[in-house]
Amino acid sequence: MAENVQMIALSPTMEEGTILKWSMQVGDSVSTGDVLCEVETDKASMEYESAQEGVLLSIIVPEGGGAKVGDVIAIIGESGEDISGLEAEAKSAKSAALAATAPETADKPVAVEAPNSQGASSTPATTRSSGGGSSPTSGSGKSSPLARKIAEEKGLDISQIPGSGPGGRVVKRDVETFSPTASTAGNQGVAVSSGAPMTFAPARTAGEDVEIPVAGKRAVIAKRLAESKFSAPHYYLKNSVEMDSLVAARNMVNKEVPSKVSFNAFIMKMVAEALKRYPQVNAGWFGDKIVQFGSIDIGLAVDLGNGLITPIVRNVGNKGVVQIDSELKVLIEKVGNGSLKPDEYTAATFSISNLGSFGVEEFTAIINPPGSAILALGEVKKTPVFDENGELKAANLMKMTLSCDHRVIDGAMGGKFLSELKKTIENPVRVLF
Amino acid sequence: MALITFREALNQAMDEEMARDDKVFLLGEEVAEYNGAYKVSKGLLDKYGPHRVVDTPIAELGFTGLAVGAATAGLRPIVEWMTFNFGLLALDQLVNNAAKLRHMSGGQLSVPMVVRGPNGPAEYLSSQHSQSFASYFAHIPGLKVVAPSTPYDGKGLLKSAIRDNNPVIFLEAEMMYGFQGEVPAEEYLLPLDKADIKREGTDVTLITFGKPVQMALEAAKALEAQGVSAEVVDLISLRPLDEVTVYQSVRKTNRAVVIDEAWPIASVGSHLAFLISSNCFDDLDAPVEFIASEDVPMPYNHTLELAVQPSVEKIVTAAKKVLYLN
Repeated sequence: MAENVQMIALSPTMEEGTILKWSMQVGDSVSTGDVLCEVETDKASMEYESAQEGVLLSIIVPEGGGAKVGDVIAIIGESGEDISGLEAEAKSAKSAALAATAPETADKPVAVEAPNSQGASSTPATTRSSGGGSSPTSGSGKSSPLARKIAEEKGLDISQIPGSGPGGRVVKRDVETFSPTASTAGNQGVAVSSGAPMTFAPARTAGEDVEIPVAGKRAVIAKRLAESKFSAPHYYLKNSVEMDSLVAARNMVNKEVPSKVSFNAFIMKMVAEALKRYPQVNAGWFGDKIVQFGSIDIGLAVDLGNGLITPIVRNVGNKGVVQIDSELKVLIEKVGNGSLKPDEYTAATFSISNLGSFGVEEFTAIINPPGSAILALGEVKKTPVFDENGELKAANLMKMTLSCDHRVIDGAMGGKFLSELKKTIENPVRVLF
Repeated sequence: MALITFREALNQAMDEEMARDDKVFLLGEEVAEYNGAYKVSKGLLDKYGPHRVVDTPIAELGFTGLAVGAATAGLRPIVEWMTFNFGLLALDQLVNNAAKLRHMSGGQLSVPMVVRGPNGPAEYLSSQHSQSFASYFAHIPGLKVVAPSTPYDGKGLLKSAIRDNNPVIFLEAEMMYGFQGEVPAEEYLLPLDKADIKREGTDVTLITFGKPVQMALEAAKALEAQGVSAEVVDLISLRPLDEVTVYQSVRKTNRAVVIDEAWPIASVGSHLAFLISSNCFDDLDAPVEFIASEDVPMPYNHTLELAVQPSVEKIVTAAKKVLYLN
C-alpha cells in the first residue's frame, strides 16, 4: 500500500525545509535508514533518512522546492502501484498551500489513507479518520508481539501508536500505517498554538521517571555546592582575553620539552602569578576571620561522568608550567582510575572550571570552598577585534568569568585580579615582573 | 487424470499394495463378503480370496490384537475399523502392544500394520457414533497418525502407510468417501510426515486436517470475496507434526486459525495452537484462534448437530477476528 513521505522536523525548531538534492530516484527501492534527500533546515543541511520501506514511486517536491513539516514530499509503495490518487491529493494540497496566504488549519491533507483500489493489497485497509469520534485509543499499553517487533524494526515507539485492536491493542496495521505526524500533537507533549502549522517532533514517549538514589559522591556534591551557593554571596566578573600570546608561548615551551604542556597548566600558572600579586583573592572565609592562604593550591574541575571532582595542584605559585602539567597529568590519571586521595582534592584555595571544550562561550561557576573565587573559562574563539590602531583584526578570544565571595573579595579587588590575569595571559612575559 | 472418489482411491491403494506384496492382507467387520460397510474394500475378496480379505467377528480388541501379532510375525495387516467409535474397544492393543513393541524389544520386533476407517462426526448418528478421536492416537508415542483430505492424498498416503514398518493410524471420514478428486494413473507415494499447503495466501493461515480441510478451503474462498487472502495448511500428519510448514506459514501471514472437529480440550488443535503461540510468538499479530467442536456429546437434532461443529461461517468469523476486521 503506497504511503506518503512527509517532511519531518530535522531540527527541533524546523518548520520548513528546502530539498537540496534527492539522493533517490523514482523507481529506487528504499530501506529504512536510507538517505532519501538532503534538506536545508533553519540550522544546517541535513540528510533525511527514510523511516519507510518500499519503492520510491513519486517525488512531489523537486530539488530546490520547499516543504513545511508534515507536507508530502514523496510517495513510497510497491512497484507498479496506482498512486494517481495520492499524487493528485498531495499536489493539490501543495498548490492549495501555496495559494493560501494565511496558514491553513482545517484543511490539512489527509495523511495516510491510501485508496485500496486494486483489491490486491494484502490486508484490507481499514480507514480510520484521525479526528473521528471513535478515534483509536492510545496508551492502552497492549500490543501484539508482531506489532512490537515491527515497531522496533522501524524505530517507532509503540506507546505512541494508537491501537485499533480489541481494548486498544496495537496491531500490525496500526504500526504499518502509523506516521508520526498523524499522531496528535497532544500525545507528544508538543505545544501547538492554534493557527500555527502543526509542530512536528519525532515521536517520543514520556517515559517512566527514573529514581536515582542520592548517595556518596552525588550527596557530597549537592551538599557542598548548595552550602557554597547559599551561604557565600556570589558575584561575577567577566572579561575577554586574547589568547594568541599564550598560544605562542605554549608553542615555544612545547618545542623544548619532551611532552606537551597542557593549556590548563598554563592557565594555572597565570592564575597563580596573578594570585601572588593579589593574595587577598587567595583567601577563605571562616566566619570570625579571613585567612589569606600561604600556599596557592589550585583545583581544576574534572568531569567524572557521574559527578565532578577537583584535583588540586599544590603550591602552584612556586612551580613552573612543566611541573604543574606533570602533576596535573598524574592527578587526572588518578581521577580516571578512581585512586585520587582526599588530600588531593580537598582544600583548594582557588579553582578553575573549563568548559571550553564543550563549545561553552561563557558561564558562571559556583565557588569551591575554602577558596573564595573560581574562574570559569569558555571556549577560545576566533573573533574580530579592534587593535590599538582601530583596525579590525582576528583574534583568538576567550571569555573568563570570575565568581567571587563578596565576604572575602570586594568588587574592586576582584576586578584588579581579573585585570592582572588578563594582562598576564595576553603578555606572559609579565610573570617575570 | 481420472476423477475418482476418496473411497475408490483408498480401494486402489489397497489393491495395488496387495498385488505388490502378498504379505499385505485386510481384516475387519464386513470387509469381505459385504465389500466393506462403506464399500472401500469393494472387489478385493474376489481378487485376493478369503485368506487375504478376512471378515472378522464383532470383536475389535480381538482382531486388532490378531493384526499386531501377525505384524510382529512378518505380515502387513490392514485393519479396518467399521468406525473409530468401535475402535475404542481395541485401544489396549494399539497403545500397549502396537505402539510399544518395537521400543520394548529393543528394535527386535516391528509392527508394520495400518488401522484405518472412518473417524469423526458424520450426520444423524448421535453421540456414540459421531466422534473424532484423532488426539487419542496422536497422543501415543510409537504410533504414526495421518488424516488425508483428498482422494489424491488418500491413495498416496495409504500406500506409504502400508509399506511403513510402524503402526500407522489412518483417519478417514464417512462424509469424505464420496469426495471426488483427480488421481493420476501412474503409481505414487506420499510422505507420512509432511503437511501440505492446500491454498496459498498472505493474510491468515487456516490450519486443519481431514474432513474440515474442505471447509477451510470454502472459508478461504468466502474470505477472498471479502478481500482477505487465506492460506490453508492441511496438516495430513498428526504424528509426527510437520511443525516447520505450519510455522513458516504463520510467520508469513502473522495470524493463525486452527480448526479441529474434535472436542477442544487436549485435542490436536489445542496442542497445535499452543505450539504456534509458543514458537511464533513474535510473529503473531493476534492470539491464535481455535475452532473445535463444542464441548458436548454430539446432539442428534440435526440443527444442533451442525451447530456444535466447525463451519465455514465460524472459520470466516475467526479469520476476521485475528485480522481485527470484526
